[in-house]
Amino acid sequence: MIRVKINPIMAKNEKLSRRFFLKTTGVLTLLAAIPASLKSAYKQVKDFIVIQKKTAPLTISVNKKAYTLDSDTRTTLLDLLRENLALTGTKKGCDHGQCGACTVHVDGERVLSCLTLSAMVSGKEVTTIEGIANDGQLHPMQEAFIVCDGFQCGYCTPGQIMSAIACIKEGHANSVTEIKEHMSGNLCRCGAYNGIVESIQKVATS
Amino acid sequence: MKPFNLIKTKDPKDAVSQKKEQVQYIAGGTNLVDLMKKNIQLPDTLLDITDALSRQVDNQGRAIQIGAMTRNATVATNVMILRDFPLIAKAVLAGASPQIRNMASTAGNLLQRTRCPYFYDVTTACNKRKPGSGCSAYDGHNRMSAVVGYSADCVAVHPSDLCVGLVALNAKVHITGKDQKESVIPFQEFHRLPGNTPHLDNNLPEHALITSIEVPENLFGKNCAYLKIRDRDSYAFALVSVAAALHLDGDRIIEARLASGGVAHKPWRWLQAEQFLKGKRATASTFGEAAKLVVKDLKPLTHNGFKIDMLRGAVETALGQCLLD
Repeated sequence: MIRVKINPIMAKNEKLSRRFFLKTTGVLTLLAAIPASLKSAYKQVKDFIVIQKKTAPLTISVNKKAYTLDSDTRTTLLDLLRENLALTGTKKGCDHGQCGACTVHVDGERVLSCLTLSAMVSGKEVTTIEGIANDGQLHPMQEAFIVCDGFQCGYCTPGQIMSAIACIKEGHANSVTEIKEHMSGNLCRCGAYNGIVESIQKVATS
Repeated sequence: MKPFNLIKTKDPKDAVSQKKEQVQYIAGGTNLVDLMKKNIQLPDTLLDITDALSRQVDNQGRAIQIGAMTRNATVATNVMILRDFPLIAKAVLAGASPQIRNMASTAGNLLQRTRCPYFYDVTTACNKRKPGSGCSAYDGHNRMSAVVGYSADCVAVHPSDLCVGLVALNAKVHITGKDQKESVIPFQEFHRLPGNTPHLDNNLPEHALITSIEVPENLFGKNCAYLKIRDRDSYAFALVSVAAALHLDGDRIIEARLASGGVAHKPWRWLQAEQFLKGKRATASTFGEAAKLVVKDLKPLTHNGFKIDMLRGAVETALGQCLLD
């Protein structure tokens, strides 16, 4: 007697595969049978419920590098920098213009990137914390923040530094009172304010 | 945020011709973008007016004309304003932060919405946000709310500092209407009291666009002060603020102007106290009497009674500051 050796696994597979084949082809046939009109009806319902995003072409220069892209009109400058351009140095604090963590320079002036629609800065020059060092040499304000203990956790620091540079440029670093008033748009929950004021004084007088 | 189209406009006529329901103008965006993020304002289309309007301050002989798009920071540093209209610069610098002043426009400052917490909290009733839903602040946390001119339907205050200075100096609002015609609204009549229609902040005709603010020549440049009292030293909305301006002949008051923020649905003029000051000697006791007149008929709500004493002191102090150099 010749014994045919059957691999038990193969036998099981063979048995399963017949049923599997029937089931699969059945489902596929069913899927293929859904009329195209039903699919388009679903798309129409979806379009009705989920409003289509609107995009706008955008040309922007960030840290002297030009970018051309299509962006959702809802995108703020802050989200554009962080999500689209991978420049995550600029921080999202409150996202409502209350904390100053997102401060960047647009055409040399400090603004809140969280309340700026990116489509409205098309054609303008944006400078972020990544753009102030020169050839690997830290900006004097960055140096000063390190030397004067101008931060603890560091989350508000990019905004503080961008604001501090503008504060001096605007001519508002002549006294502690004046510095505090003109840095009031940048909050620091660690309370590193004394170090921040000292950093600004150090750079202003050097 | 709801998706929207963004259209750049080139001049006031172009902007006005495209304005309709569900379409909003955007200038600095410091208030509107925030309101859109919170789904309080839901426009289909934004008309970018940043290039459509003047962004400079022009000397017109007997008045200055501040272009609607002039940034707050530009107003605060303009040589003409600092020399002849210092009250305006003082008021601007008391508001917001340097970043926001770099972004915010002059006309946008007039049109900013109240910061009443219930207006911003979409889970609560607010007649300004949703007409007919009720006023949560009237019997709620109304520490920041109005002490004069309010109604049971709304106790919100107008948040601007600049507007307090402008109302004191009898400014005028120049507009281009939907019919493309230009007209002028006196500043005192621009903002309105809430009554039973608090969803309307002002009397700007529907779809009209502010093109400039005119401030007439005056003799208040030498003796004026803006005093703002808030929960922290800087970058906070007013509990009360006072714009005071005196036109003096020696120590005799020829004319006085007195206005406040943080007290009403509109920048508020204290006309009775102004009248009282006219012709009097500029002394501490005169100022004290004027301050008493200011608070005489005020009716605080459940949690803002402190504003009465605070306002009285602020008026007295601000008038005193007018005499300092």
